[in-house]
Amino acid sequence: MAQDLAHDTHDHDDHDHAPTGIKRWLFSTNHKDIGTMYLVFSLIMFFIGGSMAMVIRAELFKPGLQIVDPERFNQMTTMHALIMIFGAVMPSFVGLANWMVPLQIGAPDMALPRMNNLSFWLLPFAFTILLSTLFMPGGAPAAGWTMYPPLVLQSGDSMPMLIFAVHLMGASSIMGAINIVVTIMNMRAPGMNLLKMPLFCWSWLITAYLLIAVMPVLAGAVTMLLTDHFFGTSFFNPAGGGDPLMFEHVFWFFGHPEVYIMILPAFGIISEILPTFSRKPLFGATSMIYAIASIAFLSFIVWGHHMFVDGMPMAAQLFFMMSTMLIAVPTGVKVFNWTATMWRGSLSFEPPMLFAIAFLFLFSIGGFSGLMLALTPVDFQYNNTYFVVAHFHYVLVPGAIFAVMGAVYYWLPKWTGHMYDMTLAKTHFWLSAIFVNVLFFPQHFLGLAGMPRRIPDYAVQFTDWNMVSSIGGFAFGASQILFVILIVKCVRGGQKATDAVWDGAMPTGLEWTLSSPPPFHSFTVAPEIK
Amino acid sequence: MSAPASDIRRPRGLLHGRLSKAAARSASALGGSALLCASAVANTSNGYNLPVGVTQMSRDIYDLHMEAFWICVVIAIVVFGAMIYSLVKFRASQGAVPDTTMLHSTKVEIIWTIVPVVILVVMAIPAAELILKMEDMRNSDLSIRVTGYQWKWEYQYMDAGAGIDFFSTLKQDSNFARELHSGVDPNTVPNYLLDVDHPLVVPSGTKVRIILTSGDVIHAWYVPDFALKRSAVPGFINELWFKVDPGKEGIYRGQCAALCGRDHGFMPVVVDVRTPDDFKKWVEEQKAQIKQAAAAPTDAPRSAQALN
Repeated sequence: MAQDLAHDTHDHDDHDHAPTGIKRWLFSTNHKDIGTMYLVFSLIMFFIGGSMAMVIRAELFKPGLQIVDPERFNQMTTMHALIMIFGAVMPSFVGLANWMVPLQIGAPDMALPRMNNLSFWLLPFAFTILLSTLFMPGGAPAAGWTMYPPLVLQSGDSMPMLIFAVHLMGASSIMGAINIVVTIMNMRAPGMNLLKMPLFCWSWLITAYLLIAVMPVLAGAVTMLLTDHFFGTSFFNPAGGGDPLMFEHVFWFFGHPEVYIMILPAFGIISEILPTFSRKPLFGATSMIYAIASIAFLSFIVWGHHMFVDGMPMAAQLFFMMSTMLIAVPTGVKVFNWTATMWRGSLSFEPPMLFAIAFLFLFSIGGFSGLMLALTPVDFQYNNTYFVVAHFHYVLVPGAIFAVMGAVYYWLPKWTGHMYDMTLAKTHFWLSAIFVNVLFFPQHFLGLAGMPRRIPDYAVQFTDWNMVSSIGGFAFGASQILFVILIVKCVRGGQKATDAVWDGAMPTGLEWTLSSPPPFHSFTVAPEIK
Repeated sequence: MSAPASDIRRPRGLLHGRLSKAAARSASALGGSALLCASAVANTSNGYNLPVGVTQMSRDIYDLHMEAFWICVVIAIVVFGAMIYSLVKFRASQGAVPDTTMLHSTKVEIIWTIVPVVILVVMAIPAAELILKMEDMRNSDLSIRVTGYQWKWEYQYMDAGAGIDFFSTLKQDSNFARELHSGVDPNTVPNYLLDVDHPLVVPSGTKVRIILTSGDVIHAWYVPDFALKRSAVPGFINELWFKVDPGKEGIYRGQCAALCGRDHGFMPVVVDVRTPDDFKKWVEEQKAQIKQAAAAPTDAPRSAQALN
């Protein structure tokens, strides 16, 4: 499929002789090729992480252990999270940024193309290392993606592999983020001031700062785990005077901004798609930017809400509860502004719009459960139950991942030069949108009824909702195969896409002024923005 | 520290509905210790919502949960309603013409910033009051030190129960049935995964303070019907308290709620709530057995003897 894409882009490549074959990809410094590699990589990881989710849902289909032993189950939950977060969601957003940021700001390429190559090529190595632990004696990491000590210090050989992989992913993310910041700050076309910049670029600019701020914190935390395990330090080991709660504080100081790293670019995508198919500019664009910035700021002062049950002074409980609830305000502004964008618009329901609308509804449901979780006293009931699992899957699957799929459906014709199969895309949408709810909505009930998360087996009163959830899971997983078929078909051919692709909707933005697919090197002469 | 039994309110018998009837029935029919294996499960969850629970705190938390839930429902009706209206009313296929003058309105944006803030304050005030109540550890009548281990709980009584100390692990029938390919249908095991050999025994109507820590990794002690969950962190002590309503005696079940390794799913928390009189009797029995065991030492573990 990559070869076909290569073929198409070469039709438009008049001046430059890019290397062909494997060298084109290994040594690529082209933002479009690197973006493609990121996206393909994240799709592969989505399926690997998804297959682990299938194992989890199969084991939880009924009480009793049928498929995996508890240790393997813990490896599945841990690896599922690590792969989906660091392998699927984050690289897919970086891939979209690689493709779209230069096109949207009128730049010829990313500012640091060689670093761009390195930041991508670290990822296959990081995930080969991480996935190899599945086949090692003792198996893969099983202490949860949160890696809480002292449990994680009981890991076998998988632990140094995990930490090295996390370091590589972190280095990759930091380089990707630096590249995006430098590109946006230095390479905007003349006349494109920051407030004229598309919302997707804005959301990524802010996300990139979050990444630069918190990935080193994660690297520091896991390095301390490493020295605790192998070099006799006692940062987190209570037997040596260490403090296991300090790890949680440091981890969640990274972890909460990380949550927004996985959703802010989605906000940007939705802010691109909704106005196009509402045929109306984004309502309150400036306040949308301020809302993203406020969410990013607040993300640094709410980490304690992950740790209410771990024991915290009363004042800290109050502070983290209030600060967390405050996040609802800018997030509410975003949802209201999106609604106002559709209000008195002229709506049509192409696949990207369908995903954006589903995002609005289902992300809001995740927001509501988030608001409930913020209330400290009730959090003592919700914490570490399936209610939390339902909450974060609602914001990550029909939130972040639906946004990525919406973005792919929005820009795929631009990338490949072909329209895709609309019927297949709509089928994929409806199956995904229905089964994601069958999969995750019952988990609210399970959590409220008292089922803890991360358990391989459960008391029999939880059977019914688990069965429903598992059926939803299998159907959701199977529906994603349609997505791959659709992409492969679209890359290989199809009706020619026009430059604006969505002619009826007249999308705005520099990317739609280029041919579809865009030339291998675009905007070699900077466009003028009036 | 410990209050004399006469200070503790008497159970109010059958006034407390089905659960207390069931508990009272089995208590009278089977006697105190037989409750451990009786089917009188006191669980107030209906299978899809939080349990109302059997303590004032759990009811307050349930009320706050429902308040937050209904606020969310109202917001959802308004916001989703506006979205659905747009989806139906402003369709290009129905000839809708975009109103491109509607790009920005400081007035409405201020409104939909202020209104959520007000709603949040409405939610935060009762929540903050509850936090203050939860953190009030004063005037407890009985303290119990709970220590998490991979994968069992240790209960050490203080105050009136000083000297009682035992481990609580998953019951043997569950432990057998939960093995991979055990061939046992979990539905045939009573209280599958939620039953232990020696439950924690506490009196009703008494403020019980739990002093929680861990001997190895982080665990969490979780009893949904008491709305109680806290982490057991090695090297740290977390304090929590609960006071079960008189008349709500029975067996309450929960489980470890923090990933603690291979058998995280198999370390239940079971609390046997008895009337203060029955609790007193139980304490005396335990103490007598401890004395007996000390007089005639054997190789058997003390905790196993003390609870037979």
